[in-house]
Amino acid sequence: MSTVAIDLAGVKKSFGDKVIVNELSFSVARGECFGLLGPNGAGKSTIARMLLGMISPDAGKITVLNEPVPSRARVARVRIGVVPQFDNLELEFTVRENLLVFGRYFGMSARKIEAVAPSLLEFARLESKADVRVSELSGGMKRRLTLARALINDPHLLVMDEPTTGLDPHARHLIWERLRVLLARGKTILLTTHFMEEAERLCDRLCVLEGGRKIAEGKPDGLIDEHIGCNVVEIYGGDPHQLCELIRPHARHIEVSGETLFCYAPYPDQVRVKLRGRAGLRILQRPPNLEDVFLRLTGREMEK
Amino acid sequence: MGENYAAVMPANAYNWIAVWRRNFLAWKKVALASILGNLADPIANLFGLGFGLGLIVGRVEGTSYIAFLAAGMVATSAMTSATFETMYAAFARMDAKRTWEAILSTQLTLGDIVLGELVWAASKSVLAGTAIGIVAATLGYASWPSILYAMPTIALTGLVFASLAMVVISLAPSYDYFVFYQTLVLTPMVFLCGVVFPTSQLPGSFQHFAGLLPLAHSVDLIRPAMLERGADSAALHVGALCVYAVLPFFASTALFRRRLMR
Repeated sequence: MSTVAIDLAGVKKSFGDKVIVNELSFSVARGECFGLLGPNGAGKSTIARMLLGMISPDAGKITVLNEPVPSRARVARVRIGVVPQFDNLELEFTVRENLLVFGRYFGMSARKIEAVAPSLLEFARLESKADVRVSELSGGMKRRLTLARALINDPHLLVMDEPTTGLDPHARHLIWERLRVLLARGKTILLTTHFMEEAERLCDRLCVLEGGRKIAEGKPDGLIDEHIGCNVVEIYGGDPHQLCELIRPHARHIEVSGETLFCYAPYPDQVRVKLRGRAGLRILQRPPNLEDVFLRLTGREMEK
Repeated sequence: MGENYAAVMPANAYNWIAVWRRNFLAWKKVALASILGNLADPIANLFGLGFGLGLIVGRVEGTSYIAFLAAGMVATSAMTSATFETMYAAFARMDAKRTWEAILSTQLTLGDIVLGELVWAASKSVLAGTAIGIVAATLGYASWPSILYAMPTIALTGLVFASLAMVVISLAPSYDYFVFYQTLVLTPMVFLCGVVFPTSQLPGSFQHFAGLLPLAHSVDLIRPAMLERGADSAALHVGALCVYAVLPFFASTALFRRRLMR
């Protein structure tokens, strides 16, 4: 078996004259968590759907679990679990019935589904909800059920399109924790997200997309070092342009977004000394994160 | 491109069963309401027209008007129940409920889903058509075994109209467009196809046109079965119905591919 789970080479897709995915290539190793990071409209969902054979690329080559996609996507999907962007559970069915119905789509017998259901419900922390109708579950529970459902065929690969969008912090952390358990079991995960924190916490590697184009790829730490590599001082209040001139000698790079000034400084104390005694300023010093990388690459003043 | 169309056709002969069983499970939860809802309309027609109009009309084609009408009502209820199941319930599963999207992430193809939906809609037709037949038999307007003879045609009629409705929902942007199909296609078909009066009453050119319509072929098979007469050119009627079931199946599956998997 190849060690590559997903391989895209020169993939292009347009809808009408709008280019959605532009010459995209990347490769995901087995057992890896790979993130597609980008703003809304960057083409993330289109890529996820192309991996499943639900959209055909205009050009390029896609291989998923050694199967050419879309021509043999059906065969590949036998070993893929999917968590879609929008829940598509059976609302009138109970939690248990959802697993039963979904397992049958994979040709599983009722007995086999009943055999795996308890461990899936336990995994999703839904043991006590087995006979509750899905319409009565909270958003976080529905998401966890979607995850359990995606595991019914014991997939090698999970494709997750924005798995925690719309969830509160508790629910989100629980999903992240569950996904780490799956990675520890050796599953491969491809996830799309626009949460930097999610990408930073979960992904071994990620690919930053904008307008369907890859603008960076690498490990989260590596990207942060490469593109930022120093502390960040956020300054609120005051005239950003005036402050800009003041601190410029100590900054590697400065960005202004509205009323806020982002100063990338190897020695932030020097910046603070310069600003000492100025009234009405709020200063926040922090280590750099993926969001800085993302905004550096895509521009602070971007919408969304 | 041909390869891609092949990829959406049914993957094997049995994948569709999982879709049928999903719908059956959902139906079981609301079975009683569903049966009553499906029966009320055709039974009201049968009694209203059968008794009321039957008094004026007297005998038609050598039988009582209500017995003549009962066979037409069996065919019509098979048509409407398959049509409505597809146009409303299957459309919701394809569109708002995203059920099809969930199924498409498994090893099923679009063709498997469409086939499962068609057989399911046909199953509901068998239920509705048989129920009308039972009412007619109970009242003595049809013999009990005749319902069994009619059943294969009822099922085929269900497949035909589910298949045609699939084309409608694969093209319709929303529910609002279904009314055109109902009022411009289905309602005229009821009057052209010998449901409430013999097609021999129609002007000649209309008779030829009616001969092309699927409901006419259903009625021409179901009525002789229920009146226990031999059907004329049965093979022709069965063949025509098969064409009406199969061609829209392929057309709608290809259209759904464009709609859902572009």
